[in-house]
Amino acid sequence: MSKQDHAALADEFNKDEPRVDWHDKTLWFVREKRDKAAQKVPEWEWLRDTASKIKDNVLSNLSEYLTLFEEQATRNGIVVHWAADAKEHNEIVYGLLQRHKIDMMVKSKSMLTEECHLNEFLKEKGLDVVDTDLGERVVQLAGEPPSHIVLPCIHKKKEEIGEIFHEHLGTPAGNADPQFLTHAARLHLREKFLTRRAALTGVNFAIAETGEFVVCTNEGNADMGAHLAEIHIACMGIEKLIPQRKHLGVFLRLLTRSATGQPITTYSSHFKRPRPGQEMHIVIVDNGRSIQLGRKDFRNSLKCIRCAACFNTCPVYRRSGGHSYHTAVAGPIGSILSPNLDMKQYSDLPFASTLCGSCSNVCPVKIDIHEQLYRWRQVIVQEGYAPAGKKLAMKTMNWVLSNPSVYHTAGKAGRFFMLNAPFTVNNRLNPWWKGRDMPEVPKESFGQWYKKNRK
Amino acid sequence: MSSRDKILATIKNNQPDQRDLPAITPPAAGSLSDLSRQFIEVLEGIGGRAYIVSGWQRIATILKEQYTNTHRIVSTCPELSGLAEVSQHYEDPHTLENVELAVLEAHFAVAENGACWITEEKMIERVLPFIAQNLALVLRRKDIVPNMYEAYERIAGAEYGFGAFIAGPSKTADIEQSLVLGAHGPKSMTVFLLDEEMSDAGYY
Repeated sequence: MSKQDHAALADEFNKDEPRVDWHDKTLWFVREKRDKAAQKVPEWEWLRDTASKIKDNVLSNLSEYLTLFEEQATRNGIVVHWAADAKEHNEIVYGLLQRHKIDMMVKSKSMLTEECHLNEFLKEKGLDVVDTDLGERVVQLAGEPPSHIVLPCIHKKKEEIGEIFHEHLGTPAGNADPQFLTHAARLHLREKFLTRRAALTGVNFAIAETGEFVVCTNEGNADMGAHLAEIHIACMGIEKLIPQRKHLGVFLRLLTRSATGQPITTYSSHFKRPRPGQEMHIVIVDNGRSIQLGRKDFRNSLKCIRCAACFNTCPVYRRSGGHSYHTAVAGPIGSILSPNLDMKQYSDLPFASTLCGSCSNVCPVKIDIHEQLYRWRQVIVQEGYAPAGKKLAMKTMNWVLSNPSVYHTAGKAGRFFMLNAPFTVNNRLNPWWKGRDMPEVPKESFGQWYKKNRK
Repeated sequence: MSSRDKILATIKNNQPDQRDLPAITPPAAGSLSDLSRQFIEVLEGIGGRAYIVSGWQRIATILKEQYTNTHRIVSTCPELSGLAEVSQHYEDPHTLENVELAVLEAHFAVAENGACWITEEKMIERVLPFIAQNLALVLRRKDIVPNMYEAYERIAGAEYGFGAFIAGPSKTADIEQSLVLGAHGPKSMTVFLLDEEMSDAGYY
């Protein structure tokens, strides 16, 4: 994990300006597709409101829904496991594979397993995990984490992907045609699907009433893995529950329109029972979520359905890239989820925002994301996790603003330096100067002007 | 105390006061006039295609134009036994790897998103609709519902071990947002809408 904070990592990303522009435009294009899809549904705002209220009900009955889900899933022949944290989750998965003497597994997209660093854990134990979502496979081969929860390799140009495939899959050097590269990945991964005995998938929705779970993909990779494997392991956070099957009629209308602008994913697969001869396991993971549930100001973040609309609309995400957030779930939602996991390590993330509110406006379950970002800032400063520079600046500001004579002297000094020695402020030591011109200096302060003109 | 009990106890302790479930009936019901038009338009928009056909004879004719007898075609439909293997079960689903086309019956379709609902007893093997190089689904033209709300009204109490909404061919846009059909699953998806009153010279 990087020791650098968001600002430093964003600086790094911003060294290549044309790439930043390209990244920005690519994601804005996805945001625009979302808008078009949403506008085609006249009851869109009603849907968002209803989804948010269903999730309110879920959060207020979560222990009951989880118990019911466990009971029903068990009745369906699924084995339910509980993991308090990432470590326990990883050990459960490892234990299941060990019991079957399996050392190779296919995995479809699961941000939870990214959060738990499952791949690294299993690799250390000598197991081979192949990510089968195309974007995830690309970043896995590149030795990087995903930079976006829906579009894992959105930060990579096709030429770079061509090079990665040339190195690892033996495609001809210089071929960067998306159609060609996708076909090469299809052949490469088909072999994996056909030879792996275990498949791990994420869970988009788990239904308390029936004990079934739903997995949504466009590629079909979750189904290819799960239906061919002897053992299917599905990993889910405690917040994935919804009360009844019919509530999918709300969430499936929102999810993909918000994510990519499609009316629905190609596959919305409902797993209720293992197929004859197959083992099906569900690992229910807490990893800090039950603590977040107790934080009144932040519990709404648990409503998230991982569509990434807030990423695509965020002016900071689009211009700083997913890796600058140094966490599994980046973007605005990641910036309110991560401080709950580790307030010190992620104390920078709530500051990686302009608080413009666009994230809250596109959120399909109406999470008050920008307000939570604002509130996290206060918690982080109060708990003493603000960066030293920011603390010092705030203290200095406090001293200046509470002492009128200091304030007037400082104002005069500021105007003097900006007027007569602009290089003292227009330099790299001043973060405001980056990407901006400093304002023209007024000859006098408002106080001086008022004194003169009051009569 | 097990992790299970610890997690549930913390949740119980931290969960907010009771909030009731909202009504989920959409404010405006979808139009019930010719939903097949909307369905076909949306399906074509997501890379699929549709034919309105008078019967199985017509489906067989269309498929014979597109596939030769060197292609492995698998189907649940006895009407297609002339060109397809008609079977109810395969001992090892891996053997379906070289299926060129699977022709299966779906329960119903959804106009707003081009999805078709199919459960495992209509799939032969669960992996078949995903592993086949091409997929064709057959359903009655009148079995199209306007939206997902109506779809779940239909299947709210249904019993199945596995079921899926399938909307178009398998696809990805992971490489620079360029849409490519045929990621891991079928490269094409065709939906046949059965309407006995249609003439074979119909508009599709």
